[in-house]
Amino acid sequence: MHYSIFSLLRNALSGNRLWTPAWRDPEPKAFYDTLIVGGGGHGLATAYYLAKEHGITDVAVLEKGYIGSGNVGRNTTIIRSNYLLPANTHFYEKSLQLWEGLEQDINYNAMISQRGVINLFHSDGQRDAFARRGNAMRLAGVDAELLDADGVRALVPGMNMNDARFPVQGGLLQRRGGTVRHDAVAWGYARAADRRGVDILQHTEVTGIRVEAGRVTGVETTRGFIGARRVGLAAAGNSGRVAAMAGLRLPIETHVLQAFVSEAIKPVIDTVVTFGAGHFYVSQSDKGGLVFGGDIDGYNSYAQRGSLPVVEEVMECAVALFPAFSRLRYLRQWGGVMDMCMDGSPIIDRTPVDGLFLNCGWCYGGFKATPASGWCFAHTIATGAPHALNADFRLDRFATGAVLDEKGAGAQANLH
Amino acid sequence: MRITCPHCGPRGNDEFTVLGAADPVRPGPDAPLAGWVAYVHERENLRGSHRELWHHQAGCRAWLVVERDTWTHAVIAVRAAREAEQAP
Repeated sequence: MHYSIFSLLRNALSGNRLWTPAWRDPEPKAFYDTLIVGGGGHGLATAYYLAKEHGITDVAVLEKGYIGSGNVGRNTTIIRSNYLLPANTHFYEKSLQLWEGLEQDINYNAMISQRGVINLFHSDGQRDAFARRGNAMRLAGVDAELLDADGVRALVPGMNMNDARFPVQGGLLQRRGGTVRHDAVAWGYARAADRRGVDILQHTEVTGIRVEAGRVTGVETTRGFIGARRVGLAAAGNSGRVAAMAGLRLPIETHVLQAFVSEAIKPVIDTVVTFGAGHFYVSQSDKGGLVFGGDIDGYNSYAQRGSLPVVEEVMECAVALFPAFSRLRYLRQWGGVMDMCMDGSPIIDRTPVDGLFLNCGWCYGGFKATPASGWCFAHTIATGAPHALNADFRLDRFATGAVLDEKGAGAQANLH
Repeated sequence: MRITCPHCGPRGNDEFTVLGAADPVRPGPDAPLAGWVAYVHERENLRGSHRELWHHQAGCRAWLVVERDTWTHAVIAVRAAREAEQAP
């Protein structure tokens, strides 16, 4: 069913009894042209762009839980393309451009809101680093504005600009950045892929990858063996475990990142603000809850829940920046498990196994990448070679030395 | 999560920093490139029991080998890194 004002009216007038499921629940076929392991945002987007851009519709997406249960529903919904390194700048800008046309493309309201993302700076050195990043963005054709303290004050009233330790000197603003309703991204891509013939197989966990004579021939699942000509892995958080089934060892550690939602309040902040003197970012959802998060916990974890010291640190950052938030109660908190990559940048590439492709290493910035990740991964799978936009996201860059270390933190996964 | 430091007793994990997996062994100076790539970058990244190097930074500043379940956060065993190295 195509969603439109007319479908809304028709269903409203008929008591909402005529709505059909957003996607089918098919039985797995014995063989597919292409299997995507992981029904998160990236896997679903990959399946969608395989069908749309490359006409490959004999595709199944294998998801061990239900659609929306993983990281696509566990992030803080922020989109932006304010990166320094050229490979990242161009890739994330492609993503932002796809976000801008996504709702019409997939016929689904993802509540994309380009409300602006402000990275605050608190020292002269930080201002210089942000100015450099902003200039790099503008050279790549991406919008960026360097704001002084008055510029920030005008955009974000109510913030403590004059903290004794970390006064706000200004910020780097990307006006085209913003937020997206993350569940709608999962549902919208799932529905759009399904409408083009992709099978979405929920509660189908991959337990093995079958490789014969150096070529992938299919995957073992909890619902039996499914054959395939090509397999794409997009199982962030569990990439290492899935890749190990094909004998690969990745430059990735799995870590937990927590996120928080406060009780709903009247509009108080209409942009996305990131604190530059700690690790904290906040926006306000349309329901009124403040959506915020901080740094990863720092230790390897598959638990999808974190520990209290990080909760305390995030709250300290929140109150340092917005003293009024000390009166709020937080409503919900959760954790997601991240592919923390050794250089902080993703991998979208072929693997040494013929027909097996890899999409992983998103650290905790994968949500904003969802459309471009799917778009580039679909291109890589369909043509057998990376697109120019993901040509630098190679698996072998850790051996060649061509790493993409945006932060300059070195080969230490928990520092990215 | 509480880590029982062999020197200081049970302490909250906010007193510690984590380096990562304890098992990668530094290759010799003449090792081939692949050995160094594996040591510096590649990780087994286990779900379940995992041996890690933790630093009791806000305590006795000793390095510890903590065996921990990465799925449940249960701490299985803690030893001083020096002791673990001498009697693995």
